[in-house]
Amino acid sequence: MSRHRLIFAGAGGQGVITAAIILAETAVHFEGQNAVQSQSYGAAARGGISRSDVILSDAPIHFPKVTQPNTLICLTQEAYNSFNTIIRPGGLLIADTHHVTLQTRAEARIFHLPLYDTVVQEIGNPVVFNICLLGALQALTGLVRLDSLQQTLAQRVPSRYLEMNEKALQLGAQLGEQAEVQKP
Amino acid sequence: MRQRTEFIQGNETCVRAALYAGLDFFAGYPITPSSEITEHMAAHLPRIGGSFLQMEDEISSLCSIIGASLTGHKVMTATSGPGFSLMQEALGFAVMTEIPCVIADVQRGGPSTGLPTHGSQGDVYQARWGTQGDHAIISLTASNHQDLFAMTVEAFNMAETFRTPVVLLLDEITGHMREPLTLPREGEIPVIERLRTSVPEGVDYHPYLPREDGRLPMSDFGGKHRYNVTGLYHDMWGFPTTDPKVIHGLIHHLMDKIENHAHEITRYREYYLDDAHTVLISYGCSARTALHVVTSRRRRGEKLGLLEIQSLWPFPAELVRAKCEHAHYILVVEMNMGQVVHEVKKAVQDPERVYLANRVDGEFITPTDVRNIMRLVHGRGV
Repeated sequence: MSRHRLIFAGAGGQGVITAAIILAETAVHFEGQNAVQSQSYGAAARGGISRSDVILSDAPIHFPKVTQPNTLICLTQEAYNSFNTIIRPGGLLIADTHHVTLQTRAEARIFHLPLYDTVVQEIGNPVVFNICLLGALQALTGLVRLDSLQQTLAQRVPSRYLEMNEKALQLGAQLGEQAEVQKP
Repeated sequence: MRQRTEFIQGNETCVRAALYAGLDFFAGYPITPSSEITEHMAAHLPRIGGSFLQMEDEISSLCSIIGASLTGHKVMTATSGPGFSLMQEALGFAVMTEIPCVIADVQRGGPSTGLPTHGSQGDVYQARWGTQGDHAIISLTASNHQDLFAMTVEAFNMAETFRTPVVLLLDEITGHMREPLTLPREGEIPVIERLRTSVPEGVDYHPYLPREDGRLPMSDFGGKHRYNVTGLYHDMWGFPTTDPKVIHGLIHHLMDKIENHAHEITRYREYYLDDAHTVLISYGCSARTALHVVTSRRRRGEKLGLLEIQSLWPFPAELVRAKCEHAHYILVVEMNMGQVVHEVKKAVQDPERVYLANRVDGEFITPTDVRNIMRLVHGRGV
């Protein structure tokens, strides 16, 4: 039985929950996997810690929350400070260089990637920051295929924004492929 | 043909199921964590020629669906604890006037406005006793989307069969969670239509004269027949009365039509109960945690089983008594200060075997929480 647990953490409005949904939906619709996605957030529409949990498995998933992630994604300092200690030993940590300064060294493979800066520089619109993240996550984990993610985007994204989203996904995938583990 | 698999929230699952059951009228007032039900109803209903009303509050929401039901529609509203509190008077009216309707309560932390974005199971007794006076009620719940779909359809079926409001008790966890749902084909789950009177137009119709089987055929209000509807004790014409014989008969009818059919209403799932020394009893989101504990501990050879209750009211006391007969320990897993646990204690022999395994801080109860409580109960420390 294979099982992969992820936590997507950031601030409300960054699209972390949307990114989590796209990953889980892709796994179910195009990869024949089982998935459960849940989220926790406060009452505010923007700001505050926003967190989404995803479990991918080839077996039934009963408990839907993640207590120890195999993969932790942190898009803000607050999210990093809150969750970097709960990562599974040997797990994967993806943090954004623009928003997160790494402090203690968790026992994890750490990838500190310029996701936000790349999106702003190459596309000029931070709204697809979360899609760029998905590209990097795909390249680093292979949890789903890149073309499966593209299919989900094609289904979900309005056509006039599709090109921008596909570009963000490709940029993320390149960052992931070229990335090196952060040396302690 | 391959069946369609959706990856959607529990709240949207509830909407798909309601439409499958033939819902064509929804009125509601959005409230977290139930808002997606209202949102998706607003998107879907106009496309199929149904009616969607956003009301000014929860009181008018329930009142308007009661009216719509009386005119022949299949109806529903959705809310959370604070809104469900406001609905209690109208809920009693629907009980007394025997008007079919479905109320989804997606539970959040209470009392009062409490914890809007966090899960809870604190409304089990509100569903049962929130409205005043002796009455019976049907309340259903589910822990996963496939069962939630089925239970929602069943809620509409039972509302029609027993002419009663049915409370669908969901929670923030299952309501907001996304997981795969295989959409049932048309006809795969039976859909029960309203029993309408065969009394022709121009002939006296008695809205509250039961048939021999106890059922009351309805006539679409504003259609062929004129009749009265009141929340007061009423006679077979629907007019108010203080006649002790009529009052005695009506209150017994309201109780018996549901309580005497408890065995038909009972819905549950069971896992590994045959040789279980410790029986977990749970429902809704907590049953997911309980099932996680049971399946993982079974792999280690521990004799643990789960009874997942899907029909909370009328409480399936006979079922619980039978399934717990040989249990050494009974743990009720729920996210409140103890509600179903009291019903279990009343139901079983030797109620000192019954313990509460709960969590009430807004966080979803974890397998570790349940395992720790279980270790304490077994006298092994945490």
